[in-house]
Amino acid sequence: MTTPAAYQVSHLDALEAESIFVMREVVAEMERPVMLFSGGKDSIVMLRLAQKAFAPANVPFPVMHVDTGHNFPEVLEYRDQRVAELGLQLVVASVPEALASGMVRESGDGMRNRIQTPVLLDAVEKHRFDALFGGARRDEEKARAKERVFSFRDEFGQWDPKNQRPELWSLYNGRHHPGESIRVFPLSNWTELDVWHYIARERIPLPSIYYAHEREVIERDGMFYAVNEFFRPRAGEERFKAQVRYRTVGDASCTAAVRSDADTVEKVIEEVAATRITERGATRGDDRVSEAAMEDRKREGYF
Amino acid sequence: MSTEIVAPAPEARAMDLLRFATAGSVDDGKSTLIGRLLYDTKSLFTDQLAAVEAVSAARGDEYTNLALLTDGLRAEREQGITIDVAYRYFATPRRKFIIADTPGHIQYTRNMVTGASTADLALILVDARKGLVEQSRRHAFLCSLLRVPHLVLCVNKMDLVDWSQEVYERIADEFTAFAAKLDVPDLTVVPVSALRGDNIVTRSDNMPWYEGPSLLHHLERVHIASDRNLVDVRFPVQYVIRPQSTTVTDYRGYAGQVASGVLKPGDEVMVLPSGFTSRIAAVETADGPVPEAFPPMSVTVRLADEIDISRGDLICRPNNAPAVAQDIEAMVCWMDETAPLRVGARYAIKHTTRSARAIVRGLHYRLDINSLHRDESADELRLNEIGRVRLRTTVPLLADEYRRNRTTGGFVIIDEATNRTVGAAMIVEAN
Repeated sequence: MTTPAAYQVSHLDALEAESIFVMREVVAEMERPVMLFSGGKDSIVMLRLAQKAFAPANVPFPVMHVDTGHNFPEVLEYRDQRVAELGLQLVVASVPEALASGMVRESGDGMRNRIQTPVLLDAVEKHRFDALFGGARRDEEKARAKERVFSFRDEFGQWDPKNQRPELWSLYNGRHHPGESIRVFPLSNWTELDVWHYIARERIPLPSIYYAHEREVIERDGMFYAVNEFFRPRAGEERFKAQVRYRTVGDASCTAAVRSDADTVEKVIEEVAATRITERGATRGDDRVSEAAMEDRKREGYF
Repeated sequence: MSTEIVAPAPEARAMDLLRFATAGSVDDGKSTLIGRLLYDTKSLFTDQLAAVEAVSAARGDEYTNLALLTDGLRAEREQGITIDVAYRYFATPRRKFIIADTPGHIQYTRNMVTGASTADLALILVDARKGLVEQSRRHAFLCSLLRVPHLVLCVNKMDLVDWSQEVYERIADEFTAFAAKLDVPDLTVVPVSALRGDNIVTRSDNMPWYEGPSLLHHLERVHIASDRNLVDVRFPVQYVIRPQSTTVTDYRGYAGQVASGVLKPGDEVMVLPSGFTSRIAAVETADGPVPEAFPPMSVTVRLADEIDISRGDLICRPNNAPAVAQDIEAMVCWMDETAPLRVGARYAIKHTTRSARAIVRGLHYRLDINSLHRDESADELRLNEIGRVRLRTTVPLLADEYRRNRTTGGFVIIDEATNRTVGAAMIVEAN
């Protein structure tokens, strides 16, 4: 917390102040902002910051969930509960509906990470959103390490890493022509550990799968996948019960768990502080496709 | 089912935050130095390292190229160049650090200026075998132009000059003499070997003659609290909070981030550009009222009187106000490759929370950042060029000199046709 006598603020206070500043800039300058809300810990922290930025008024924009149809039930329940508590408008961009209407087709490997991009872009166009808050952090991945806080997207939702606007001081340029949009990342400068320290400090409840629990899993490529309706073991993959937790929450068909006994926020902080593997490296099948998997998805309009 | 946290959550340790920019090229060992800081503070993950090792091996590099850690984009890895500012993070129990890692070659001025704009400290590397080169002087100049409060010169590759005190002192003396001509408030010189880890985290046994701190020790302890301007109250209004609610009525709060100074309930304040005065009734956050607000806090200020205030206005003290000015003299760094800055051209500008249009009335000179020579015959500024420019704005800016206030003294220039950010400006004089 702040120590007014020395006029110093802690790193968490400084990060919070910066994120709140970013959100207020967006609401002041953009016409139709929306916050991407997946029920993952980063978007949960982002939503808490939005509450703080506009208090005592309500959060002045809707939230959007890009629903791949492969959900953890605990996370969907959390989403609905949070939205109801805060009186938010929820926009669901549904991949199953897009599959049914023929807008997108299932990819060969059954992963829906890539096909959610057209669904997201379609919802953006339909609702004429011009600013999308995302919970991405620069420490997550090396393409993200080079992305601006205000990230310009052309009318196809595409990111051009070589043509980014210089971002100086705290002056963010959100100007755009009709049809173009800005992705805004208020948590750009937070690390995984910062997020967990903030969750502890603010006592923010999370979906239970972030804490250690027993689950039936299989091991593939050194990662632990839960056996559920979206994830089928291959021949020869043995099912077993293990004490696990999720470090990230994404599509249930490609998000893996880690072995963990951390069943409280304090234990998670200890675990995260000691870990030597990045959260995406440890848990995301979708990032293992190639060296530039994230960059390629972002160029196509991904978060 | 969501999990309620039952056990009392511990406060995060009271670490503070230091932002620093690094400048130098791969040849100076900058990436090795950053890799070393990340590795020795356990901020480098094994999967990141393994990925870099695999790519290095596949490319036939003789050693693990730590530059690949920060070169995140496909084109960068394919071409072996660094395109853009990369942000890196590490922490020690005392401090969290944000590194703005700026490339040494391509688009170097634009990126260095961007990285330095938010930096508390800049770290410049030189190769002990080569001593100061043109680039080291340019780095130092840009840091002083952007008023980075603390400068650290790392004399790297000391292992390759036999840990020579004489070599170190010659470079340190030369740099200190050069820095004296610039506006560099605080300079520290550290002899290091990034590759071997000497004087990075712990003091080196190879250089017993060096009595200063290791680099990390210095980064952890350099005093940055006094860098903030706590004297001049400047609160640019960002957003007016007026709940449309049946439970909260008649609420009107001015949201913003404190640029400088200390705001307290009861203080007499003046609102610009109107000049109306009032008193601060409360300084609030979502967690409740606070006794005072100072940089970099984001707060909501409520005033005792109903005054018409909107985004872009500024709250200050009646006896200490910025200029309300339409004629602006500024040092401009041009950042656009498609078109130069030209006298007579019109642009959009963004200054604090205020947007305006401006016309370029004059270009006094273009500065050669190697020789510091002023070319008064220049009639345009091209990409990566810096010059002193006179602008006239459509509406007044509420402006301070950049040397006094990095927030109310800086603005960006935007091309109205392309919406690109094309220039960075530091105010020298506002009337």
